[in-house]
Amino acid sequence: MTSAGSGLSLLQTCALSLLVFTGASQFALVGALAAGGNPLTAAAGAFFLGVRNAFYGLRLSQLLALPRAVRPFAAQWVIDETTAVALAQPTRRSVRIGFTVTGLSLYLLWNLTTLLGAAGAEAIGDTDAWGLDAAGPAVFLALLAPMLKTTTERAVAGIAVLLGLGLLPVLPAGVPVLVAALAAPAVLYVTGRRRADATPGAVAAGPDATPEAATEAATEEPSAAARDDGPGAPAHENDGPADMSGGDR
Amino acid sequence: MNIWIAIAVTAVGCYAVKLVGLLIPAGVLERPLVQRLAALLPVALLAALTAQQTFADGRVLVVDAKAAGLAAAAVALILRAPFLVVVAAAVVVTAGVRALTG
Repeated sequence: MTSAGSGLSLLQTCALSLLVFTGASQFALVGALAAGGNPLTAAAGAFFLGVRNAFYGLRLSQLLALPRAVRPFAAQWVIDETTAVALAQPTRRSVRIGFTVTGLSLYLLWNLTTLLGAAGAEAIGDTDAWGLDAAGPAVFLALLAPMLKTTTERAVAGIAVLLGLGLLPVLPAGVPVLVAALAAPAVLYVTGRRRADATPGAVAAGPDATPEAATEAATEEPSAAARDDGPGAPAHENDGPADMSGGDR
Repeated sequence: MNIWIAIAVTAVGCYAVKLVGLLIPAGVLERPLVQRLAALLPVALLAALTAQQTFADGRVLVVDAKAAGLAAAAVALILRAPFLVVVAAAVVVTAGVRALTG
């Protein structure tokens, strides 16, 4: 699918790429317009694909800790790739560098290739034959693997994979990924319930059990706090990949 | 003109959702539950996205050369290979399987 073949002018194609800058939304909009869709319906579909960026922003806002005045400028770069790179960084400094370098280089490359493509440059050949289409998911996999440190994260990733794949054939584009995001609150709810269930049982067992329950609750909390600290916390690189094969299925 | 309207609406909408996440007040983000949720949401989104990029062809699920490539990347990760080796493994195996299966 090229925007050139869908009735968009060179100017429109480049404006779309520069202003929207979230690949899935761009392709969705171009596809819907090419299929003769109503412009607002087409825009709604593209919007759905962009909604996940709000959840990325929520996390990036903590990690980047940008001054409020800078945030409107950083916002345009809040996408899958910059989030994946930023989240994989051990310190606040490297989070900021990772976000900026990824954002800037992708913004330039993406818009340059859009311009070249729209200007009629023929494709370099079949990039799929070179296996280059596997590079994208492989990069995400490599960035995601170190984040899967605890059972909680692995459970979230595993459920999200099942939801994202299972719902793909039945829900409109962009929606399965959003539903997959529900894995996060669902797992948090279950782990919260499990902890709540464990505590009264321990208390009922007698006064001796209470310190244990307290320790149990206390050991859960710091681990969560350490994880949320992201930058500053020591990097556990390549800590989780052994489980990625399981999480990937 | 219609196309410009579609582009404008998409651009404003997509920029707004990107900005919303960044502008959530720090006070809200300090709540432990929000922190844990914010940390887990990208994991869920990126995991689902990675799986879809690997196994989806449009809206159809497929297991093809790309799946073999990603399996190779997973093996490289388990062997603690450097980042570029992981990505190269995926690309080379995908291309190889495609070449072999025509």
